[in-house]
Amino acid sequence: MFGLNKKDGLLFLFVIAITLLAPFLLNPFPTDSAMAQFNAGYPDLLQRFAIFGIFAIGFNILFGLTGYLSFGHAAFLGVGSYAAVWMFKLFSYNVLPAIVFAVIMAALFSVLIGYISLRRSGIYFSILTLAFAQMSFALAYSVLSNPKFNLTNGETGLQVYDTDPQIFHREGLPDLPHLFGLSVRATYELNLGGWSFTFNLGYYICAVIMLIVFYLAIRLFRSPFGMMLRAIKSNNTRMTYTGLNAKPYTLAAFVISGMYAGLAGGLLAAMDPLAGAERMFWTASGEVVLMTILGGAGTLIGPVLGAGLIKYMENIVSKINDNVLHQWFSFLPDGFEDVMVTLIHPFVGKGWNLTLGVIFMLVVIFLPGGLVEGGQRIARLFTGRRGRAAKRKSTQSTPAE
Amino acid sequence: MDVILLQILNGLDKGSAYALIALGLTLIFGTLGVVNFAHGALFMIGAFCAVTLQRLLSFSHTVVDETKTDFLGNPLKVEKPYIEGWFGPEIGGAIIEWSVPLAILFAIPVMVGVGFAMERGLIKHFYKRPHADQILVTFGLAIVLQEIIKYFFGANPIPTPAPDALSGSVDLGAMIGFEVNQIIYPLWRLVYFAFAALIIGAVFAFLQFTTFGMVVRAGMADRETVGLLGINIDRRFTIMFGIAAAVAGLAGVMYTPINPPNYHMGMDFLVLSFVVVVVGGMGSLPGAVLAGFLLGILESFASTTWATTTIPGINQVIIYLVAIIVLLTRPRGLMGRKGVMED
Repeated sequence: MFGLNKKDGLLFLFVIAITLLAPFLLNPFPTDSAMAQFNAGYPDLLQRFAIFGIFAIGFNILFGLTGYLSFGHAAFLGVGSYAAVWMFKLFSYNVLPAIVFAVIMAALFSVLIGYISLRRSGIYFSILTLAFAQMSFALAYSVLSNPKFNLTNGETGLQVYDTDPQIFHREGLPDLPHLFGLSVRATYELNLGGWSFTFNLGYYICAVIMLIVFYLAIRLFRSPFGMMLRAIKSNNTRMTYTGLNAKPYTLAAFVISGMYAGLAGGLLAAMDPLAGAERMFWTASGEVVLMTILGGAGTLIGPVLGAGLIKYMENIVSKINDNVLHQWFSFLPDGFEDVMVTLIHPFVGKGWNLTLGVIFMLVVIFLPGGLVEGGQRIARLFTGRRGRAAKRKSTQSTPAE
Repeated sequence: MDVILLQILNGLDKGSAYALIALGLTLIFGTLGVVNFAHGALFMIGAFCAVTLQRLLSFSHTVVDETKTDFLGNPLKVEKPYIEGWFGPEIGGAIIEWSVPLAILFAIPVMVGVGFAMERGLIKHFYKRPHADQILVTFGLAIVLQEIIKYFFGANPIPTPAPDALSGSVDLGAMIGFEVNQIIYPLWRLVYFAFAALIIGAVFAFLQFTTFGMVVRAGMADRETVGLLGINIDRRFTIMFGIAAAVAGLAGVMYTPINPPNYHMGMDFLVLSFVVVVVGGMGSLPGAVLAGFLLGILESFASTTWATTTIPGINQVIIYLVAIIVLLTRPRGLMGRKGVMED
């Protein structure tokens, strides 16, 4: 189906089903129940699931396949956002041209950065990309926002004002990003008993785009080009000895993943027409690395899972405050309750970054293969001996040097 | 001429900080082969050692001062540091005032301890793992350390003044034959530069002139052979990690009067220090120091009014631009040698 083999086809169908039904699936608790704060089925969060899913899928094409660890991918996300907002400012609020322009700008930008950074590999590459991202952040935050030449609007962030030209903007079109007249904020509420489900056009735009690029990523993973990228990861030297120049392949992977990041940035701006420099900060680059690792670098579904989990936890964890904690631990005797609340307090609410750092370390230390590997390990426990024997056989077949 | 001299002087303090951090990074990379993304966090912890000591020393209790009255005529309650009660107001006051230099003594054991704990507790387990994993785990550690500091000290910069005797300015120009009031320079920055030069000299002397340093250098060149000769090279490398952590920490301690410390100062310096290391040549200690000072001075020249009006914001990006040019023309960096730490 779609040129995929049976396993990939099933995976793709599964992802389609999950994505399209997400507003149902992620709202399992009735609106007025105490568990309602764990619901994730509202548009804002759903959009971010899809957008950061795209971001992580793109990052995985570079890191998962070639093993080049870029620490500056947030720069492309930021470029995409700025490009999209400029399209809104100059032409119209239509989402499609904005996204296309965002992808093009991110591609140009990543060709430039990739060409220089890829002169070195390994740790140098990580350091260089990190330095470039910080430079882009400095450029966006202060350099390019002086009165003479204001490209990024500095600390305030780039946004659309009434005085902007918007030459294709007509009466009757919404004053918000829209897809040929349909506003991205258009929602349909469905109330079923105690449950309420929200269907949002913006989310479905993101979701459909995510499905398309996910499909492209599967095709890329299974293509000869993907094999070439894997070869770069497993043994670059040997590949060079066979007479192949690896650099164009790596650069292509870098640019493709930069375009994914630009697409994600453009979508972020399309859902909320605002672009700020903080999107390029190194923590944002670190976050996408974490999403990919947490889900499982080099796997198809891993990055999407990782992105969803991180964004969900960010959202939930930052909403928990001391009152909620006291409620949870109210069954404990008084003293213990306070002790538990004090212990957990630094990790919740504003302490989300601390939790993020701790998860980061735990995943890298104990589960470098991410959730997908964890799932496989558990599955192997259940399938028992046969799975283990197969595993042993596969590890024995090391290639001859 | 005096303008040029002033800018060179201005660049020295930042350059010193870059050089010290880059020196520690290179030491760790050269010995253990690990890229330490948490090195900036060590710099920050050093700075907060100074803050902690200052707070500990000025820990005070409320006493009623009979000699003063508030506006209602009641005796005034004043905060009196314990230390003034113990040593008398003069010596006690002086100790509080000199808390930043005193923090050097406090920071050395703390930083060496932190360094040992980091190496033995975490990084040791990552020698055999890919570089990417080493980068990621130290990156995670940097976030955690930074957030812990933020939890205890808050997000705002904490002013930590230098002692009065060292916080004025000196008229350097008059001393070396320029006109009076042409080159006025804050004294503390000179102290910082002298301190950095001392530390750098000490590290080089330690590596060059002691048996321990000789073994470490041998280990850097060929770890396996040194191990085969029956020398416990791992233990020495751990000690070097502690020293590198202490160097970063001391750089942080002394930097507090120049720039009030906040929880993310480490990462700001780390990114630039990485650039410094790459420009200097990975694995080359003199390269790291040289590039640190060069880039610091360059940044200071780019911050002059003339430069910022010609090209707005050039001071923010000059270091990166230079790094790009160096990498395009001399990929190994200024003093990197062929075949050393090539990937």
